[in-house]
Formats: sequence, C-alpha cells, structure tokens
Amino acid sequence: MSDANVYKPSVMRIEKITEEAPGVKTFRLLFNDPEEGRRFSFKAGQFGEYSVFGEGECTFCIASSPTREGYIECTFRQAGRVTSALFELEEGDTIGFRGPYGNTFPIEEWKGKNLLFIAGGIALPPMRCLIWNCLDRRDWFRDVTILYGARTVADLVYKRELEEWAARPDVKIVTTVDPGGETPEWKGKVGFVPTVLEGMAPSSENTIAIVCGPPIMIKFTFIALDKAGFKPDAIFTTLENRMKCGIGKCGRCNVGPVFVCKDGPVFTYAQIKDLPAEY
Amino acid sequence: MDELRKKARALLEAGEVRVVIGYGGGTGDRARAIFVREPERADELIFDGRCRQNLAIYLTRREVKELGKPAIVATLPALKTVLQLAGEFQIAEGGLVVLAPGADGSLIEFKTFADIEKYLAGAASPIDPAEQAEMDRVRAMSPDERWKYWLGQISRCIKCYACRQACPMCYCPRCTVECNQPQWIPVPSHELGNLEWNVMRAMHLAGRCVDCGDCSRACPVGIPLYLLNRVLIGDIESNFHQRAGMKAEVDYALSTFHPDDRENFIR
Amino acid sequence: MEIERRLLKKEALAGLVEKINAAGRKVHAPVCEGARVEFAPIDSIAEADLGYVQTTQSAKNLLFPRVERILSFKRRGGAMETADPDLSALPETVVLGMHPCDAAAIGSLGAIFTWDTQDAFFKARLEKLTVVGLSCAAGDEYCFCASVGLGPGSTEGSDILLTRLASGDFLAEIVTAKGKALVELAPELFLPAPAGADKDSALARIEKSFTREEAGERAKARFDDDALWDGQALRCLGCGACAYVCPTCACFDIQDEGTTSRGVRLRCWDSCGFPAFTIHTSGHNPREEQGARWRQRLMHKFSYMPERQDVFGCVGCGRCSRACPVDMNIKEHLIDLLEAKS
Ligand SMILES: Cc1cc2nc3c(=O)[nH]c(=O)nc-3n(C[C@H](O)[C@H](O)[C@H](O)COP(=O)(O)OP(=O)(O)OC[C@H]3O[C@@H](n4cnc5c(N)ncnc54)[C@H](O)[C@@H]3O)c2cc1C
Ligand code: SF4
Ligand code: SF4
Ligand code: SF4
Ligand code: SF4
Ligand code: FES
Repeated sequence: MSDANVYKPSVMRIEKITEEAPGVKTFRLLFNDPEEGRRFSFKAGQFGEYSVFGEGECTFCIASSPTREGYIECTFRQAGRVTSALFELEEGDTIGFRGPYGNTFPIEEWKGKNLLFIAGGIALPPMRCLIWNCLDRRDWFRDVTILYGARTVADLVYKRELEEWAARPDVKIVTTVDPGGETPEWKGKVGFVPTVLEGMAPSSENTIAIVCGPPIMIKFTFIALDKAGFKPDAIFTTLENRMKCGIGKCGRCNVGPVFVCKDGPVFTYAQIKDLPAEY
Repeated sequence: MDELRKKARALLEAGEVRVVIGYGGGTGDRARAIFVREPERADELIFDGRCRQNLAIYLTRREVKELGKPAIVATLPALKTVLQLAGEFQIAEGGLVVLAPGADGSLIEFKTFADIEKYLAGAASPIDPAEQAEMDRVRAMSPDERWKYWLGQISRCIKCYACRQACPMCYCPRCTVECNQPQWIPVPSHELGNLEWNVMRAMHLAGRCVDCGDCSRACPVGIPLYLLNRVLIGDIESNFHQRAGMKAEVDYALSTFHPDDRENFIR
Repeated sequence: MEIERRLLKKEALAGLVEKINAAGRKVHAPVCEGARVEFAPIDSIAEADLGYVQTTQSAKNLLFPRVERILSFKRRGGAMETADPDLSALPETVVLGMHPCDAAAIGSLGAIFTWDTQDAFFKARLEKLTVVGLSCAAGDEYCFCASVGLGPGSTEGSDILLTRLASGDFLAEIVTAKGKALVELAPELFLPAPAGADKDSALARIEKSFTREEAGERAKARFDDDALWDGQALRCLGCGACAYVCPTCACFDIQDEGTTSRGVRLRCWDSCGFPAFTIHTSGHNPREEQGARWRQRLMHKFSYMPERQDVFGCVGCGRCSRACPVDMNIKEHLIDLLEAKS
C-alpha cells in the first residue's frame, strides 16, 4: 500500500492493572515495539481506539498525562462487548491501540488563570490526564479547584489520586456523592454536582471551567456556571458521541457540521451552543 | 373511497382518533402511507389496488404512537396483523379504530377484535399466481439445487434490514443482530452473515408471520423472502395447526411449552 | 487536460471490451437481472444493458465494498501479529456504461475517504479504476441531476464519457489521462469525431427544480422546524436501503471476526438512518426519532459535506427514492423544503 493503513493498531502490552471501582479498571500500557513508543506523543484531551483482537474496538480517552512519558493509561467501565473482553485481560496480555486522535485542551492559553475542574462519575479519566498535566505545570496557573462527584462512594475512581491531590496545599478538592450514595465514613459532600457547585459559589473572574461527565450532569453544570457568570468560551467540555473510526470517515460522530472525533472531543460551551443538540 | 374519507373526517372531527393511518398518492403511480391528522385532509386518502403496504407496521412505531390514538386503514393482511399484534400484547382493544375498505367502495369498521376474527374466518386469502409458481418451482428442486438457489439469492442481500424494518412483526426494540454479547449473527454482509441473518429472521417469524409480503416488497434487491416465510407457515400449520393472524389470543407454538409436547425429535 | 472527442462505432464497443479483457483488466457494466439492472462483471458486451435508466445499486461497491477486510491478526507464541490486506493484488478494473451522476459521485466519496487522513483502501481501488461513463438518453421521475449541478451529459468523474448519437455510434469524450491510457489499449477503435457530432440532442431532458446550494441553505435555515422533518419522516422505516444504494453514502461500521487468537477486522456499510447508529453506551440516543435521522441524511449531503469537504453528497441519481420501501422521495422532499414557508 502506498498510503499507510490508518486502521492498523499498534500492539500494546498491559503493564499494570488497577481496579478503580466496581466494574472500572485502569490499564497502564506499553508499546510492544519500543521504537513506536519513542515516536508516540499526545496531548491532554485526546483519545484512542483500543481493541481486543477478535472482539472489536472501543473509544477511550488517554487518561495519563503527556508529561509522564513512556506509557499511556486508560480507565474504562465494563459496559459491552469490547469492554467486557478488556475486563477479562491480565497483566502481560496484549491489546491494540490506534491514536492519538482528536483535538486537545488549549492548556498553554490558560497560563495565569484559575482552573476549576468539574467531573462526574467515570468521566474523570479525560480530566485526570488534564489535571496531572496542569499540576505538572503548576506554576503556570493560579488557583486550582477540583470538584468531583459520583453516584456512590464506591463509584469514585482514582481514589489514590484523590488523596494525593487533597494532600497538596496548592489544590482545593471537593468530592461529593449523590444523595443516598454516602457511607457512614464519608467525609465529602452529599449532593448532585451542579448543586454542590452552586453552593461553592465559584468566582468566574479569570477562571477557566472544565466539565466532564454524563450529558445530564453537563447540562445542569452549564446552567450553574452560567449563573456564576462564566462566559461560554471559558467553559470547556468533551463530547462523547459514539465513534468507530476516530478519523472523520465513518460518519458516526457527526453532529451538525462537526465531527466530534476530528474537531473534538474538546469543545467550549460557546461552540456547543451552536451545535444541534445531537450529542 | 368516499365512505372512507367521510369516516376518517368524522373520527378526527369527533376527536375519537388523533390520526388516520391510510394511503395517499405517491410518486408516479405509487401509493404511500399518509398520516391524516386534520379532518380537512381526509380527502387525501385513497384506496385501490396500489395500496399494498401493511400499515399495521406503524401501530408499534414510537413516532406514530406519540401522535395519539390511531385509526388504521387495513387491508386483509393488516387485519391479520392487528390480531397477531394483539395476541402478542403489542396493542389493546379500544386502543385503535380499524377500518377496512372494500374494493367496491364499502367500508367496514371493526369494533372488536372478535369481529375481525369472525370476518377473517370467512375471508379467502388469495395467493399471487406468480408467487405460487415460484414456490412450486423451488419446491420441485432437489435439495442440492435448492441450496444453491438460496445461496445465490442470499448472496445478494446487502443487510439493509429493509425487510425487518418493513415487517410489522419485527417490532423488537433490539433485534438479535444487534445483540453482541455474544454476537449471535455476524454483522457484515458476507455469505455467513447473510445466511444466518435471513435464516434467523425467518425462524423468528415462523408461526408469527401474517404473510403480508411486505418484507419481499421492501427488499431493494428483490430476494423472494416470502418463499421462506410460506414454507414455515405451512410447517407450523401442519405440525401445530396454528396460523398467525387468525386469533387475537396466541398460544404460540414455538415458545409455549406443554407437558404433552412431543419430544421424539430430541435425540 | 483538454477533452478530446472521438467516434466509437457501435460495433466497436464489443472489440473494446475484448481488448480490455485481453489486457487483464476486469470490466463491470450494467447487466439486466430480472426486474433490475445491476453493475456486474462481464466478459462480452452482449451481457451489458446499456439502455438502462438506473441500476438498483450504485457501483460504489467497487471502491467501498459492502464488506472489506482492513486487518488480519494472528497470535504467534505470546505475540500478536497484525497484517494489512494485500492491496497490490486488486485487479485493474474498468466500469463501463456508468451514468454521469454515478461518475460524479466518486468525487463525493473520495472527499470523505481522503479528508485529511488518507484511506488506503479506497485510494488503492480508485487508482485501479477507469470510468467509461455513458450519457443518459432517458431519465425517469426520480432523476434530478440537473438540480444538483450535474446533467445527463456531465463529464465530471468519467475518464471517458460515451454519448450514443442518433446514428447509434458513440461520441467518446476522453477526459483524463486514465481515459487516454484506456484508448491506447485499442487506438484503432477511436476514430476522429465528425465535426457536427451533436451531443446535446442525444441527451435526456432533466428538469432543474432547484439548485443544490439553495437546498442546503434552506435545510440549514429550517433545521429546528421539527414539524417539517418529523412530518416528512413519519412513514420512514429507518432501514438502510437508501444509504446502501446511494453512490455517495460512506458511513461504515468496524467489526471483528474470528477468535482472540486469529481473525480479521472488517468494515461494512452502515447508515445514519438506523435507529441504533448513534446510540451511546449509556443508552442515550442523540438522534432518538426518525425525523432527526432523516434530517441528518439531508443535512449531511446538502449542508455538512459542502461545508466541510467542499463537495455535495448527492448527485441526483434518485436511487434512494426508487429503493425506498415507503416511497420517501428525496427530490420531492427537497422541493417541499424550498417551498414550505418557515
Ligand atoms: C471520545 C470518547 C471517550 C471515551 N472515553 C471513555 C473512557 O475514558 N472510559 C470509558 O469507560 N468509556 C469511555 N468512552 C465510552 C466508551 O467508548 C464505550 O463505553 C465503549 O465503546 C463501549 O464499548 P463496548 O464494545 O464494550 O460496548 P458495546 O458492546 O458497544 O455496548 C455498549 C452498550 O450499548 C448497548 N448496545 C450495543 N449495541 C446496541 C444496539 N445495537 N442497540 C442498543 N443497545 C446496544 C450494550 O448493551 C451496552 O450497554 C468514551 C467514548 C468516547 C466517544
Ligand atoms: S431487505 Fe433484502 S437486502 Fe435488505 S437485509 Fe432484507 S433480505 Fe437483505
Ligand atoms: S441521496 Fe439519493 S439521489 Fe442523492 S446521490 Fe444518494 S441515492 Fe442518489
Ligand atoms: S447521508 Fe447518512 S449514511 Fe449517508 S454518508 Fe451521510 S451520514 Fe452517512
Ligand atoms: S427513507 Fe426509505 S429507504 Fe431510507 S431509511 Fe427511510 S424507509 Fe428506509
Ligand atoms: S468516529 Fe468515525 S467519523 Fe468520527
């Protein structure tokens, strides 16, 4: 073939598996071919197509930070055919990976600003990549606040990291679980993310808000941020339309004139407002 | 036709139904389904030999259900479909008005499913002579020839699922081909995928198919799907004395266990 | 390249097919299959039906097969090995007698498959394909090429375009270098064209009902008019017939087959009209109702593709309308869109 096969995945080895929550795992992956590993680079916000050969491909964002070189990580919830097959794998097994695809968070443009990260449920992975990236460049930013919510305490992912971030003096972190999802030992907040956010009364002054979560959470969080005075172009999020190719061909992620895999997955609220509500 | 339009208008004006699912003129000499929601549009309704689509397909479609209580213009196969859907608990008596126009301009309005049953018991269901001839031709083939015939037909399938989407009995919100744990039926339209798809669909319709022929008519590449269905209709009839669409209560042979069921085929 | 005009005698077509076959190339042409005409491989011109109005399916299968292997994999020892399909083995192919709408559609397909990322499979097939188009002498009530910037004699996308003149002989317009290379296989058959060869009078009259730009603008302007889209799409069944017969629809699915130790990765046609096309893992469906899916079909072709890929996604072949089991007539609905007040 004169052009390379853009659907051909790299083979990666699972170096480490972390159980994050019931049905949620993180894989640390290494390229089988070290040369491929050296050539590989990505930026916060990008995603890939991960495959179990014989079962198929599925889309996850890269959950590790580009500042931590030599490996990538993904965190996924067991949901269907491919994620169930992934779930069965063990350390040392191989999987396929194509990527990185999509656009990125414009971190450099945020220098000198406050950052407000708002994440819900399993949507912490795209955020985790970004958070680590920003924390590894901590001197670029002013205040860093993280609001993270899940349905129940058990559903909170990255518990180790949450502790690590909470221990840092230069990060403010608020965790919350939906009403009824708390345990007797739970020390965080109880309430839905948008409500907790309103209670925090964040200042929109010189602040960028980054929101990731299920569509319904995003919708109400936008409303809360709007009320708090955030401008639509100071609010970032990622869209998670169903994808197959990841490269603007298969048509699946097309929303209005936008292809989420190619033009996204990172969008500002200002951009999303212009799109038909097909995400 | 006048009777039909009058009735449709009256039903809509009285608010007895919200929509009349009927036929209107289409491209060239085609007829197409129309959804009359305003009384003054009742005159767009037509009924003649071109009106063949089984409109009962729309009784289970969410977009049509959202419109409110329907009246349906029913051909003979559509009447059978109404009964079969009732038997499978997809529609309920009183939830729709069934209008059956005759070729002579007359109109029967069925008040109850029992009335439809009575009517169908006395109605003949003529089989298209050309289709019967094809049926006879294929039946006369040796098993080997017949296998080749079907492989040839099925190799042309493009897996567009028009047959399924047009079929009023294929109302499952998630079809077996879409179940991927395990992936029962291969998704791609290759030989095996096509074969398993068409056999699977025929089997899922065995004893439920009302023989309206809409799957065959919907198939863009003209695969004679009715042949598969009719063979199975015959088999179900001879083995279980059941025929879909004759009763509003269904004791479906292939999914009901009776303690006295024959088991001699299990070896 | 400037278009060269030649004359191909009606008897010479048979010789041309022979010469192409002799050169080891495959010829595909419209062939009558009972009630339908479809593109199929032929060995001699006698098998072809050049008087057809339209085939049921387009010839996109030649460039974008309904099932195509994009990878194979095999576990050897502990290691997984992946391999590309061998595209060098693809045969050189000539499609003969394709109408101008279909020839133009190749450009639309190509715009998707080469949009930034290059699709090696499409490109390899395209490289090996030569298009000998055939002007339309007749259309039907579904045709609307003239409304989408084309016409029954457009040369766009053809390497050679044949037009059957009143005499029965063909005017051959040699449009591209590939066309010229084909002529080289049988140069003796391509005679000088008579100065007075009248192409226009040999063409079908296809009414121009609107322009594609207008259609796109109106569709966009009326995007939020749910009553319009839902009304048009109420009878639509959500099948794949329209997309699968369409020469420009390029949506696909990717599926693995085999075991976790040995198997293939395939891509196969898909359609934005299917209810499950966009369904998220959570069960949330961004295009929940058929009206939204039907709107996507028109918007993608008339608004999104022009905006993003600078081509239109419809060539007016009318196949979708002919194939639609419930008579969704795209031309009629586009006209509706233009006429109805907003
Ligand atoms: C940009 C992006 C980033 C993402 N990042 C992450 C991430 O970091 N972590 C993560 O966990 N997920 C992420 N996702 C979601 C992830 O891609 C999906 O969860 C994954 O693809 C599921 O694949 P699967 O093969 O396991 O599921 P599938 O087998 O495809 O099934 C998914 C669900 O849909 C149902 N389903 C499947 N087919 C049909 C059908 N035809 N009709 C009805 N229902 C059906 C199944 O029952 C199941 O519930 C991301 C998605 C996008 C687009
Ligand atoms: S309608 Fe015909 S081509 Fe389409 S899936 Fe059914 S049998 Fe196959
Ligand atoms: S949308 Fe219809 S008319 Fe347009 S190119 Fe496709 S099949 Fe032809
Ligand atoms: S119309 Fe639909 S199926 Fe066809 S290419 Fe566009 S998005 Fe894909
Ligand atoms: S428009 Fe016709 S062919 Fe297309 S999805 Fe709807 S019913 Fe099927
Ligand atoms: S995932 Fe295929 S076009 Fe976006």
